[in-house]
Order: sequence, then C-alpha cells, then structure tokens
Amino acid sequence: MTAGPGHRASRARILLAKPGLDGHDRGVHVVARALRDAGFEVIYTGLRSTPEQIVRSAIDEDVDVIGLSILSGVHLPVAAEVLEALGREEVSIPVVVGGAIGPRDALGLREMGVADVFPTGSHRRELVDRLRRLVDEWPAPSAAGGTDAGTA
Amino acid sequence: MSVERDPLHDEPRLEARAAQWRDRYERDELPEATTDSGIELEPLYLPQELDEGRYLDRLGFPGEWPFVRGAYTSMYRGRLWTIRQYAGAGTAEETNARFRYLLERGQTGLSVALDLPTQMGFDSHDASARTEVGRVGVAIDTVEDMAEVFRGIPLGDISVHFTVNATAPMILAMFLVAAEEQGVEWSQVRGTVQNDIIKEFIARKAYIFPPQGSVRLTGDIIAFCYRQVPKFNPVSVTGYHSREAGCNAIQEIAFTLLAGIEYVQHMLGRGIMVDDFAPQLSFHFSSQRDLFEEVCKIRAARRLWATIMRDDFGAKDPASMRMRFFCGGSGASLSHAEPINNVIRGTLQCLAGVLAGAQACHVPSYDEAYAIPSEEAALLSVRTQQIIAHESGVAKVADPLGGSYYVEWLTDQIETEVSALVESIRASGGLLAALERGEPQRMIRQAAYELQAAEEDGTRLVVGQNHLVGPGSSAPDLEGLGKVEGVSRDEADRQTDRLRAVLATREAARVEQALAQLRTAAGAGGNVMPAMIEAARARVTIGEMTEVLAGVLGRHREADAS
Repeated sequence: MTAGPGHRASRARILLAKPGLDGHDRGVHVVARALRDAGFEVIYTGLRSTPEQIVRSAIDEDVDVIGLSILSGVHLPVAAEVLEALGREEVSIPVVVGGAIGPRDALGLREMGVADVFPTGSHRRELVDRLRRLVDEWPAPSAAGGTDAGTA
Repeated sequence: MSVERDPLHDEPRLEARAAQWRDRYERDELPEATTDSGIELEPLYLPQELDEGRYLDRLGFPGEWPFVRGAYTSMYRGRLWTIRQYAGAGTAEETNARFRYLLERGQTGLSVALDLPTQMGFDSHDASARTEVGRVGVAIDTVEDMAEVFRGIPLGDISVHFTVNATAPMILAMFLVAAEEQGVEWSQVRGTVQNDIIKEFIARKAYIFPPQGSVRLTGDIIAFCYRQVPKFNPVSVTGYHSREAGCNAIQEIAFTLLAGIEYVQHMLGRGIMVDDFAPQLSFHFSSQRDLFEEVCKIRAARRLWATIMRDDFGAKDPASMRMRFFCGGSGASLSHAEPINNVIRGTLQCLAGVLAGAQACHVPSYDEAYAIPSEEAALLSVRTQQIIAHESGVAKVADPLGGSYYVEWLTDQIETEVSALVESIRASGGLLAALERGEPQRMIRQAAYELQAAEEDGTRLVVGQNHLVGPGSSAPDLEGLGKVEGVSRDEADRQTDRLRAVLATREAARVEQALAQLRTAAGAGGNVMPAMIEAARARVTIGEMTEVLAGVLGRHREADAS
C-alpha cells in the first residue's frame, strides 16, 4: 500500500492511461508533456488498456496517481472498473479522470471515489498544481466524495 | 482576355504609389499578422502582372487542369454540394430513425458513424466492447444490423459514406450485401468508405493490423471497387484527423498528399493502370477558423494533386487529376464554454468549405464538446448548410474568391510551403517510412502542445472561452443539450440480444466454410473482398472476420509515443 505524504524524496510518479477503445490521444500527450516539464515522472500505458492492465502497471510502477484519459463517453463505467480493480488488489492509489466530461458526470465520478476530474478546457498549470497537492496529501483525510476509496 | 497596358507608366506608378501607401501605413507601428498556420501576411495584396499564359497554367478553369478553380465544370450551378452530416448511434433502429429524420429535412447524402467496437473489430457481446456499444456511433455486428440501418432507404437512390478504416473490408462487404438484398446492383451503389489507414497510424489511432498488412487491405478495396462498384469511392484520403489532432494547414495538406501518393504507388505496384483506379480516389479535409487560409489550402491542394498525378504518375485522364473533397467542419475549433457560439463557428467553417468548392460538407453540432449531436443540434447543422446554399448567394459563381490578390498570393504561398514539406518527406522515403520513425506523429504532438499553450496564455483567442468571458460563460445549460450521457444501457442490451438471435439462426456450415475461405484469401495474398462478401452473406460477425484477418496479419501496438 502506498504510504502517506512526504514518503519519497524523489519525483512524483503518475501513470497516464487510455482505457477502452478510444484512440483520441491529443489530450493525454499534452498532459504527459506538461507533467514532465513540471517534474513528474510519467508512465504512459499507450492506447486501449484494460482496467486490469492499468492497475497492474500502476502497482508495478509504484505510481502516486493514476490518470485516465477518456474521450469516448465511457468514463463512468470505466472509472468504476478501475476503482474496483484497485479495491481487489487492496491498493490505495488516487485516480483522476480527464476528458469529455460534463458537470453532472464529474459529480458522479467524485461520488464513486475519483479524486479529481479534469474536463475539456482544463489548464496545464492548474492540473499540475492540483495533482501535486493530491500526491502530497494522499490519502485524503475526509475525501469530498463520499466513499472512502482511499483506504482498503 | 487581355488588358491594354502602358508598360512605361503602369508598373512604376503602381510601385511608387504602393511605396507611399506603405510609408503611411508604417507610421502607426501596427502589429504583424499571420495565418493560423503561421504564414506572415502583408496588410494588403496588390495585383501581380496579368499574363494570359500564366493564368492558364496556374489557374485555368473549373473542371480542368490544374483544377484550382474547382473540381467540376459547372460547380454548384450544375449540382450543389451534398449535405452530408455525420450521424449514427445506439442500435441500427435508432440510427435509421435519425437518418430518416435528417433526410426528411433535406440532408442529401448519408454519413454513418460507427461505434468503437465496430471500428475496432469487436462484436457487441465481447468483453472489450461492453461499455462502448453504440456510444460514438451505431453498432454493426452483422449484415442484419446494416440492413436495419437502411430500412426504408433505397440504396440505389442515395450515396452513403462510412467513417471506417481498419474494418473497412468488413463494413463494405456488409453494405454491398445489404444493397444486394434490397435488390440494388453493385453498379448502382454510390458512396465512400474512408479506408485511409495511414492517417490512423499518424493521428486517429483506430488501427488494428500492422501498417503493411493494413495498406494491403486498403488496396484490396480499391482494386475490388474500380471494377465491381464503379460509382463508389473506395477511399477518402483524409487530412481532417491530423488537423484535429493539432497540426497546421500546411501539414494537413502535405500529410494527405503523401498518403495519397502511398496508395497510388501501392496500386501501381499491383499492376493496375493509374487511370483505372485514380478517378475514384476522394479526399477529406478539415475546415477550421482562418477562413481565407482554409479556402486557399484547398485551391493549392487541388493544383498540387493534379500536378503529382499528371507529372509523377503519368495520369492521362483528367478525372485522375481531379481532387474531389469532403469538407469536415472542425470539432476541435469549437468551444466548450458558451456552446451556442459554436453555431457561428460552424457557419463560417461551412462557408469556407463552400468558397473552396467542396463536394460535400458536414457542420459540427454546437454541443460537440459535450455529447453526440442532439436532434435539435443536428437539424441546425443541416439548416446552416441550406441557408448558405439557398439564401447567401455564394454558390452562384464558381471560385468566387479567385482573382482576389490576397487569395491568389496565399494559394501560391501555401503551395510552396506544402510542396517543401512533401518533398522533404518523399526524399526520406515517403510517409509510411516516416510514420514508422514516428515523425508525423511528433510534428502533430508538437503543434498540439503549442496550440494548448497559445489558448492558455491568450495568444490564440477563443471568444467566450478565454476572451471576453462573462460570468456564467463556462456553465452551459446541459439539460437543454439533449442526450449528454450517451446511449442507455437498454440499447446496448438490445444489441447483444439482436446479435444472439442472428447467431442462433445462421447456418453453421456456411459460416465455417466462409471463415475458411476468408482465411485462405487473407493468407494467400489475394483480394479478401470476395471472401469477405460471402462471409457477410453467411452472417459472419465483424468480430469473427477481424479474428481471421488478425490471425494472418497480426495486431499492431503503438510504440510508446510519449
């Protein structure tokens, strides 16, 4: 299980994943580069990874955050599958989701335990800041989103 | 028609007056301007010398070499562009209803959106497909679904475009069988399969098999169609997705021409004469924000393609040199904030396409950033095209911007820049070789990053989003935007039920034989289409067809591209 804040002196590690069949990768590459420029270590799964593969890679790579990029509208079921897979592995890694997500679905994602949502139009600076804070503060004491998905 | 000129007085006087104007202009120290793709622009363009020979060589007439002024002689007076809105979602039944809705309101050609499982070769009941059935397009598992999509729509009377690439052989086979079962001869079938697999590797990323095997399939379709389905466009060489992925107009045209060159070379390598297949090639470009750049890039592209076909490939038939194109209004140029503003953006995009002489247009719906089009938004896109066609008057004269000093200069400038990029990639082995090295992909990613930076720091203005933003700008009324959450799971379940029913009633022996024949055709290097068509008739599923091809060609995985 990933330990709490301040546990590593080295850079934060993030796994960026493209789950499902969606091939729209313009956004995930912009985000990958922005994060690398900001000092993150970024591991990219490539296209069309399954939730199991994503969680496996996240554990193997010992990442601090999992970022899902989804432009095909399947963010709710896919995020649920990733969270379930994390639960089965009994690991606590925050999951964030970016993509074509409206306010109603963003709320739905947070309610299921997604740590943060970055809809179309999110800026790199803000994304970097929020992810840094997420990594530093994880596991969140009383998460704003209902289920305490942070601890298993 | 020549103009009387006094060589002693006209030119020096123009030059002198231009210099004086320039001096007055420069007193104000105004900012520079470039096109969206970075071409520097003068504040004013003047006539270049009129030279009849040069006019005929560089511009000519619509429908003739070098095709700058239009693909066809009579252009829109002879026939308006086709109103071809991309549509489709959920089950075949729901898609059929949307098609009939649009056709009843004046859409003149169909463009079928397929869901991701169908594009990627998975059946609706496959584990990989579960969450994605019917979301971004219609689910097609077998020819039964294809037939349902076109119920009540006679395929001899309308042209149908499919945005399908890796599974183009499967979808085309099912389409031809659906037509056949409607009683329509293949010789009467009109439409297009996008079938441009090269741009999938570069930008769109919906590939299945590795590059070489994929190009072989593209070629199988072209070879099959030019003889068996002569009114059908077997490929739509597409720059749209590279542009949507972030590249600029110069790169968009260059990558498209280079992909076209690869396909032509491939077909010639099969021993097919250029004038046999080239007339059926078609193209697809984006229409973005900078109106004059979008018009001029097309004019330049037509001149370049005509030149390549005539001079590099020895085409003799003018139809082989003629670049016909579909104008796809750009979704990436729309905003998520204040979505209603996208109605204006879509209008300008369509106007650019029409001024450029498009053969067919799609106007993205204003709710593009949030959902697949609601019925209301889809209708508005159709009305946009109809208002331009019937009220604006711009269709009355061919190439109406021709002769504008700016437009002719910009056309030439874009041609020069595109040519340079095309030649440099050709010199290093062509586009297929370049994509194996990751070059066009890197160029696109770099351009996308720069655009992101420009939008964030406000260099690139998006009204209502990063410019002149009022309170509440970024909170659209989503309730009014129709089907935001995607297809209901009811429809996905109904699709799997449909599939189960087909599997239960089809003839097992015929299926086995069809699969065996497909495997043989794929492995022996022959044309897969006849076996694919027989498989479609036997109600073989798209997943089964894909498995057979994957068994022979393998599956492609992108090298880590970050």
